[in-house]
Amino acid sequence: MTTNSTSHEDAHEAHHGHSHGHEAGHGSFKSYVTGFILSVILTAIPFWLVMGDVLDSKVATVAAIMIIGAIQIVVHMIYFLHMNTKSEGGWTMMALIFTVIIVAIALVGSLWVMHHLNTNMMVMSPEMMKNLP
Amino acid sequence: MFSNPDLLKFIFGRLTLESIPYHEPILVATFAAVALGGIALCAFITYMKWWGPLWNDWITSIDHKKIGIMYIILAIVMLLRGFSDAIMMRIQQAIAFNGSEGYLPPHHYDQVFTAHGVIMIFFVAMPFVTGFMNFVVPLQIGARDVSFPFLNNFSFWMTTAGAIIVMISLFVGEFARTGWLAYPPLSGVEYSPGVGVDYYIWGLQVAGVGTTLSGINLIATIVKMRAPGMSFMKMPVFTWTSLCTNILIVATFPILTATLVLLSLDRYVGTNFFTNDLGGNPMMYINLIWIWGHPEVYILILPAFGIFSEVVATFSGKRLFGYASMVYATCAIMILSYLVWLHHFFTMGSGASVNAFFGITTMIISIPTGAKIFNWLFTIYRGRVRYEVPMLWTIGFMVTFVIGGMTGVMLAVPPADFVLHNSLFLIAHFHNVIIGGVLFGLMAGVTYWYPKAFGYKLDPFWGKMSFWFWFIGFYFAFMPLYVLGLMGITRRMSQFDDPSLQIWFVIAAIGAGMIAIGILSFIIQLVVSYIKREELKDETGDPWHGRTLEWSTSSPPPEYNFAFTPVVHDHDSWYDMKNRGYARPLQGFKPIHMPKNTGTGAILAALNIALAFGLIWYMWWLVVVSFVAIIAVAIGHTFNYKRDYYIPAETVSTEEGKRTELLAKQV
Repeated sequence: MTTNSTSHEDAHEAHHGHSHGHEAGHGSFKSYVTGFILSVILTAIPFWLVMGDVLDSKVATVAAIMIIGAIQIVVHMIYFLHMNTKSEGGWTMMALIFTVIIVAIALVGSLWVMHHLNTNMMVMSPEMMKNLP
Repeated sequence: MFSNPDLLKFIFGRLTLESIPYHEPILVATFAAVALGGIALCAFITYMKWWGPLWNDWITSIDHKKIGIMYIILAIVMLLRGFSDAIMMRIQQAIAFNGSEGYLPPHHYDQVFTAHGVIMIFFVAMPFVTGFMNFVVPLQIGARDVSFPFLNNFSFWMTTAGAIIVMISLFVGEFARTGWLAYPPLSGVEYSPGVGVDYYIWGLQVAGVGTTLSGINLIATIVKMRAPGMSFMKMPVFTWTSLCTNILIVATFPILTATLVLLSLDRYVGTNFFTNDLGGNPMMYINLIWIWGHPEVYILILPAFGIFSEVVATFSGKRLFGYASMVYATCAIMILSYLVWLHHFFTMGSGASVNAFFGITTMIISIPTGAKIFNWLFTIYRGRVRYEVPMLWTIGFMVTFVIGGMTGVMLAVPPADFVLHNSLFLIAHFHNVIIGGVLFGLMAGVTYWYPKAFGYKLDPFWGKMSFWFWFIGFYFAFMPLYVLGLMGITRRMSQFDDPSLQIWFVIAAIGAGMIAIGILSFIIQLVVSYIKREELKDETGDPWHGRTLEWSTSSPPPEYNFAFTPVVHDHDSWYDMKNRGYARPLQGFKPIHMPKNTGTGAILAALNIALAFGLIWYMWWLVVVSFVAIIAVAIGHTFNYKRDYYIPAETVSTEEGKRTELLAKQV
């Protein structure tokens, strides 16, 4: 009986020991400053692009802002959320991949669906209607 | 002073005396009944001096078992409300022929069908499912509570707050008249200027916070708190389906929240996301809401599949057939459920290529689902099946759900859908899968886990009554709708011209009546079982000869669930332990570290009701005050350092000693 309960105690300890040793690292002062400076730069550029009318085409400006925004997300994830491939035993990476897939499905799907709806459902002439796919 | 219109407007916003529907006799009678019932209940609680225990042991409780039970109580209460809406609609449709307008004016009828859908999905099915996950998952994985116990309490009260907001709309103002997903432009401010859609939006937003947080909580629990030895492929199937469901919740509920935020911006500040002009597009709302809405139906059905898997294995006395394939099927359904949303609006005009893609993905989902059905059948095959009540629900499910699944595949064919879209065929289909799938699963789960939660089994006679009335009533209520749908009758009609249709609606109403008897039998079952609790008592903690860890503790489990965390070697871990001649440890108990109760969750939720009420009625002072209060209480809670305590070893020893005595009596 005694041996039995000992093995159970061990299990209990192992189980509860977990909850404290696993936290993701809290970045250093340097990494926070790097992150801060990068985000300031990445925020300033879009403002400059819009307010200074730098690029000729509007589409190019929008595209540039979107790309810079995406980079900004990555900067935040690395420097502020301390995400890397190893943190939390790889679970944050896994969650990130899953999130990216879901967001991609939602965005690509919506764009695709809405593009078709837009093409098919706008006011059209009978001629156009006959040639629908 | 009271004649000052500006001041009145400031205090009450757009709430006036006319907003109280005292001129509608049905509502007045309902209100009287509710008020009398409420007063009687309060008086009873006062008489029994239960207010203290109610607050200390339940409302502020962060014990996952009690929160689970409270979720299920909420679901059952809301089921009564949702079902009374249903029976009102069935009676209306059965009599509104030959020029009769029935007894519900369209204005009221439209609110009834909207409230029925919203309540049944958000405030019956969701809390029911979440309640089971809360109660069962920590027990099945050998944990003492969920990862974030306070968050769990807060989630529950936010869900309840959402339900209360929707219930307030019954007596103060009105509810949405838009259908359960509130499509614009009908739900826009131009066509729905009243408070109905605002009740809808804020009810769902408040409840949505609770749902999302409880999803995060349960994922963290399942990933981080499994007993040693329980690898992912040794998790019980219900825990697996809960994990997948919660991943779905966390991934999709933000989409619902964002979509409703855009709709409320349209309504409150005059943006044009979903309007017909100025660049808005209502079709975008329908697209977004179904990106959430389709995974939502899998959020409901996956835990039900998990319950059936547990029940089938237990009552067939066999290991679940194809455990690994069950897990993979669940994961496949989880991923595929993101790829089918357009089948809810094939008719909106996306064209052949888009419709074909989503039609095919929809049909593909039936493959893993079919695999599950076969796994259950093969588990029963050559098993020693005990036809106890949970098993009856499971068999009833397998028959009914297959029919619902097949009509689903029919609807997945876009050309067929053009005929069947928005018809009663669709209504019959989704009731077929939600009643035949989710509800039967939940009822099986109630009967199965009730002895674990309360220490006595449910009375089998009234359980069988409930099952047979539900089962037969379901077929009477919904098979006529398939017929009517094929004849081209659309949903949400309050009256009809063609007298030849009436017989089908009468049959459907009779079916609804039978379901009412089924629900009544369930309530009688609860009462009878309580009266006969000594006779039905479960002292072993394992009344069904279960296979998973929750059956290794006493019924009801002690506060700390397990005196020692079990070690797991197999996915049927308790069955495995019993076979290996497991001996309960009788000494060497240690103090157990547990979280402490807190009232913050209930207080925050109450403030959220005030906030939502202010937003609905444009009482801006109330919005500001309650919002500031919410932030203050939340910050205040972070300074609460008395969050935990230790159950002394002696208490654990006494508790376990009692159980040892009970177990010794069995042999």
